[in-house]
Amino acid sequence: MLGKLDWAAIPFEEPIPLIAALVVFLGMVGLFAWVALKGWLPYLWREWITSVDHKRIGVMYIILAMLMLLRGFVDAIMMRTHQTATLFGEGYLPPDHYDQIFSAHGTIMIFFASMPFMIGLMNFVVPLQLGVRDVAFPTLNSVGFWLTASGALLVNLSLVIGEFARTGWLPYAPLSELEYSPGVGVDYYLWAIQISGVGTLVTGVNLVTTILKMRAPGMGYLRMPIFCWTSLASCMLIVAAFPILTATLAMLTLDRYLGFHFFTNTAGGNPMMFVNLIWAWGHPEVYILVLPAFGLFSEIFSTFSSKPLFGYRSMVAATLFICVVSFTVWLHHFFTMGAGADVNAAFGIATSVIAVGTGVKIYNWMFTMYGGRIRFDTPMLWALGFITTFTVGGMTGVLLAVPAADFVLHNSMFLVAHFHNVIISGVLFGAFAGYTFWFPKAFGFRLHEGWGKAAFWFTLVGFILVFVPLYVVGLQGMTRRLQSIPVDGWAPSLLVALFGVAVMIAGAACQVIQLFVSIRQRDSLRDETGDPWDGRSLEWSTPSPPPAFNFARLPHVEDEEPYWNIKQRAIEGQPPEVPESYQPIEMPKNSPTGFVSAFFATLIGFALIWHIWWLAILGMIGAYATFVVFAWRDEAEYEIPASEVERVDRERLETRQAWYKRREEHA
Amino acid sequence: MSVKDHREDHAPDMDDAAPGQETVNEREPVGGLQGYVIGFGFAVLLTAASFAVVMTDLVYGPAVVSALVVLAIGQMGVHLVFFLHLTTGPDNTNNVLALAFGIFVVVLVVLGSIWIMSHLNHAMMPMPGMNRFGS
Repeated sequence: MLGKLDWAAIPFEEPIPLIAALVVFLGMVGLFAWVALKGWLPYLWREWITSVDHKRIGVMYIILAMLMLLRGFVDAIMMRTHQTATLFGEGYLPPDHYDQIFSAHGTIMIFFASMPFMIGLMNFVVPLQLGVRDVAFPTLNSVGFWLTASGALLVNLSLVIGEFARTGWLPYAPLSELEYSPGVGVDYYLWAIQISGVGTLVTGVNLVTTILKMRAPGMGYLRMPIFCWTSLASCMLIVAAFPILTATLAMLTLDRYLGFHFFTNTAGGNPMMFVNLIWAWGHPEVYILVLPAFGLFSEIFSTFSSKPLFGYRSMVAATLFICVVSFTVWLHHFFTMGAGADVNAAFGIATSVIAVGTGVKIYNWMFTMYGGRIRFDTPMLWALGFITTFTVGGMTGVLLAVPAADFVLHNSMFLVAHFHNVIISGVLFGAFAGYTFWFPKAFGFRLHEGWGKAAFWFTLVGFILVFVPLYVVGLQGMTRRLQSIPVDGWAPSLLVALFGVAVMIAGAACQVIQLFVSIRQRDSLRDETGDPWDGRSLEWSTPSPPPAFNFARLPHVEDEEPYWNIKQRAIEGQPPEVPESYQPIEMPKNSPTGFVSAFFATLIGFALIWHIWWLAILGMIGAYATFVVFAWRDEAEYEIPASEVERVDRERLETRQAWYKRREEHA
Repeated sequence: MSVKDHREDHAPDMDDAAPGQETVNEREPVGGLQGYVIGFGFAVLLTAASFAVVMTDLVYGPAVVSALVVLAIGQMGVHLVFFLHLTTGPDNTNNVLALAFGIFVVVLVVLGSIWIMSHLNHAMMPMPGMNRFGS
């Protein structure tokens, strides 16, 4: 009846995950009860869960990402404390549990923290920057988000029901084959990633279509804000690369479930093929994560230097160069697997070449700041932290790109330090910068500057304190994923790293406090004008938060910085164009399709993990029925009356005029 | 937001309509139902030809694989032109670029994998039952 599922699946003998899960579960029940008692459930269902508004979906992506970021951070804290503890004794994590922790840390941080954060920012910002009212396929957008959430739920479920993979964040065959990993851990990984992978893919398709097809009138490709360009490049990489991941994991699934031999040791399988294919996805994935961050840093450097972006066209060219070349470097993840010198040299050179594109960007950012009037607000601090530390991480990457050096450094803590150095300074700092930068746009009030700055400095200093010592122990020969540390000589470095973790915890705490303080003081932090940072692109021309339809009339774009020029004209005293009449606007209707199909996807995933075949069939019927019901609906849109559009837009124009006048008097 | 909404704002690059809303494109050799019927005819013909190549002696044995590859490429062309309405018109630049990018990535990954795997397999000790893929 329940397949492989029985009471033995609950790890009663391991108190850590059980208590952790109990606390989380009680927290969730408490939150749910609180929301229900306050009578907010209908609001939550109507306005958020079933919402197809790109802004709301973007916000939900980011909430998911932040929760998962905390979960992944807890894993990281456990790894660092455990490793340091084994210098003096046994430590507190048995190998079996420790392996699950480092696998879960990588999986969660990449798939459920970094990806949703970046996709959430793209979702929120791209349509606003393009000057349009929503993405191309609003309901599909909601489906994409809920499928990602479904994958995250499955990964976290593995904490209490069964186990997670012990194979690392990429389940290398043959270790991940049934012979060596007979438990459900790898199955949890496979189905969670497949389900969320579908979500990512549809979001990629959606955003590519939006950017190619739905720009405001007059916005040619070379007038798009740079963040839209990098989002386009990132989403094209999603569309091109994620099918490789899906196919590779599907082959591993066939090996495990139906006795195929794609990657087994025996019967003609080839485990090296798994490594090859997974990195053919894995390397573009790195750029999927970091390209949107490059884009938003470009926006931030230009806004806070009060200058247009230096070298806009070279920035676009560098982005597309990275987009293409990222598909030619994947072998550098397995230089040591035994390919000949020709292959290693070719991929080593390609890897060094890709750093040129990033180099162009770094110089462009520096020249953007050069001669500018720089304001050191929190987003700019994150951007400056990024540009300094990311360059160091990039250079250690070029070092690792030399095949001969890689034979020494492969799988060492040096490698671990390198990729954390680039991912944390690139993606995580980017995420925090974007979060602080666009928060006022999303909610109508700023985040508290003091706590934001404290969070930045703690995180930056902690990050350096953790990973510089790890570079050192890596060069001293420490390999990654060690469950116990047998060498006393590594102790000083590891203790410094542990201290760094404590500093980073302070940073995370500041981040959480910042959110609470900002919500409590929202009245004094209110963003009245919709343009809190003196921005340059179209999203700042809307009120904060923007109305459901974003723009009462689609803006007409005449150059690269449409909003900046409108603003300058207004400040010089030219009256704004006030439309004589407003048209009613049709907007997509909210739909529970995303939530319901993700519910069934979770059922299917859980059933397949535990071999509960009837439940899987039931889930598939349910998912198909959801699709049919959605396809049969008659009304897909509702109309916002012209009077309402007019009211919102007149209000916006009045606050704007008052603000321009104040600025004029000030100047 | 509806397609109509965009049309009114006569934004550039929005001539591509949603499925079911497309107008007949003058640049296409044949449009409408006739186009689909001709395309279907070609597709069936190419499929039948593939079976014929394998099941009869029409083609010289060692060349069968090459013949199948040629027929498959023809099949893709038929699908792109008749069913996916790919043309050389200016409204189709995006689609052509997307196709080029897709082909580029597939070629890179397939050829790259073959090259990598042949090197890896050469470096392996011969093992019983091991797949000498690509060597």
